[in-house]
Amino acid sequence: MTKTLRNALLGAAFGLALAAGPAGAATIKVGVVAPFSGPFGVVGKSFKEAIEVYQAEHGKTVGNDTVEFVYKDLDQANPAQSKALSQELIVKEKVSFLAGYFFTPDALAVAPLIDEANIPCVIFNAATSAITEKSPRYVRTSFTLWQNTVPLAEHMAKQGIRKAVSAVSDYGPGIDGEAAFKTTFEKNGGAVVDSIRMPLKSADFAPFMQRIKDSGAEAVYAFLPAGPATLAFAKAFNDTGLRAAGIKFFGPGDLTQEPDLPALGDAATGITTSFNYSRAHDSAMNKAFVARHKEMFGSYDTVTFTSVGAYDGTHVIYQMIKNAGGGRIDGAKAVESVKGMSWESPRGPLTIDPDSRHVTQTIYLRTVEKVDGKLENVEKQSFPKQPDYGYKLAK
Amino acid sequence: METMFGIAVDGVAYGMILFIISVGLSVTLGLMRVVNLAHGAFAMVGGYVASYAAQNAGLPYGLALVVAVALTVLATLPLERLLYRRIYGSANELAQVLLTIGLTFVIVAGINYLFGPTLKRIPLPEMLTGTVELGPKAIPTHRAFVIGAGAATLLGLWWLLERTDFGIRLRAAVDDPAMAAALGIRTERLYLATFALGTGLAALGGVLGAELLPLEPYYAIRYIVLFLAVVAVGGAGSIFGSAAAALALGIVDTAGKYLIPNFGEFFFYVALILILFRWPHGFFKGRAA
Repeated sequence: MTKTLRNALLGAAFGLALAAGPAGAATIKVGVVAPFSGPFGVVGKSFKEAIEVYQAEHGKTVGNDTVEFVYKDLDQANPAQSKALSQELIVKEKVSFLAGYFFTPDALAVAPLIDEANIPCVIFNAATSAITEKSPRYVRTSFTLWQNTVPLAEHMAKQGIRKAVSAVSDYGPGIDGEAAFKTTFEKNGGAVVDSIRMPLKSADFAPFMQRIKDSGAEAVYAFLPAGPATLAFAKAFNDTGLRAAGIKFFGPGDLTQEPDLPALGDAATGITTSFNYSRAHDSAMNKAFVARHKEMFGSYDTVTFTSVGAYDGTHVIYQMIKNAGGGRIDGAKAVESVKGMSWESPRGPLTIDPDSRHVTQTIYLRTVEKVDGKLENVEKQSFPKQPDYGYKLAK
Repeated sequence: METMFGIAVDGVAYGMILFIISVGLSVTLGLMRVVNLAHGAFAMVGGYVASYAAQNAGLPYGLALVVAVALTVLATLPLERLLYRRIYGSANELAQVLLTIGLTFVIVAGINYLFGPTLKRIPLPEMLTGTVELGPKAIPTHRAFVIGAGAATLLGLWWLLERTDFGIRLRAAVDDPAMAAALGIRTERLYLATFALGTGLAALGGVLGAELLPLEPYYAIRYIVLFLAVVAVGGAGSIFGSAAAALALGIVDTAGKYLIPNFGEFFFYVALILILFRWPHGFFKGRAA
């Protein structure tokens, strides 16, 4: 009896406290859909850590509103599941924002949902150019294959390379990369002598290496999703003597993402990649960003491109809440309010392109080198203000 | 001609790696009639132990390999006592599949918890890095080493199973356990030893194959189809069958990927279907099948 009474009293007190709070104070929820377990679990971890770092730096409140993140685990590319989880977040959790999304199909699957519910969706990773065309409520803070590949291909042509071969994993982003490379490289006077599409599940890369060798190319442009396949590819490149034969290795930075570098070992040294973020980026803001990871989680081994994707995505969400000025979040208006927004991120200056709603950013040319006994992507050159070259290209 | 030679060399090298990783499964599946889906998990455990021994404890490669095989066998022996013993015999196939797949999930989660989801590597000694020239074709020294190790394993197993007392008793116990027991063969011990042989081979394969199939927690699930394909084509329990199957699949896969990369794994699976269509029990019908 007494227990029931106490609960009732507590409930009443809590209700009063809520009612007495500052006018308009509310909890704004952000639903994050990402892989938190399974083979890509490290991605979700880096998202979550970056969000927590952002909240530690900027507080958990915007004006009178408290921002709360709700995480949903989607362990592999599964559009149907992505849609179901996102719907649950909208209907049950009443989230005002959706965020996260590692794989392209998962991000694409929520387009009808965010339009119907009028909710902004901030993509932390999924990198196929076509995504932001599918709904005006998508904003993306990561990168696209086109964005990374165009400056790289131009750089290769400038180096005097005339004959190159592309080797990509046979799926959406790989094909984006292949197209971006071929278009740009040939426009700059080079010739793509062979375009190899490798099955996603390849374990042995020796046959592709033989093909690259036989093609007589001076350089190879390679793209594979980060993970075991990348490691096997880079090893095969060294072990089959292609490196010794003087063939140059280029690719987008997914190939040499920071968490994989220790496993790649010396096989990775000298690989030149282009990417939007390196953990070794030399800026006070990035140093603080990395240091805070170390301070809060004991290690900065997982800090990589997905970390800044989430960190900057969180920044955009905070800005949208700020722009709404304590009022209800209207998805279309919120997205409208951040178009053209510019800010300084750990990776460098960013601007949200008003048309593509994708970040225009500096792309860096990096080489893998040993820094204080640790392998890092050392930035050699920068190409500022690179837009998403692939936006509305397919049409 | 040079291309053909290149494909043949790469194919044989890939095939030998497939053989060395799969032969342990052929032993448990063929000789003990256990559909051991945890084979990949045992291989992975071996790889992780070797990686830890080499990177954190600073052991040289050869020693790390021995430690990995020994520790994996030691760690899995209690499993034989507690779990596997209950599911021996061909009447328990469903129980075998359920138990071993469950065990795989447990091991995957355990490795993920202990070592994290990132890739792990086993550093190679100087001797095994670089390339070996075979006429016009260069292959990685490590692969040449694996081909040698595969050939040695093949001969060693053949000798063990066909030419020693242990082999004779084992074959007797597999063919007719009741009769073998009646003749005074201690079948329980024999099964324990064979199980140890199977997991030891799994660990060996996990370590030697780590250059090709990199170590990460989902290794156990990612590559199990590959292992099962080799054993199915070779015929469960046949050592030479496994070798022939691994080489055939390795060469077909390499040739397919070289000539028409867009078709991907197509040739591998077509070869699998055609071979099983012609020889439903595999190249060499295992004695236990």
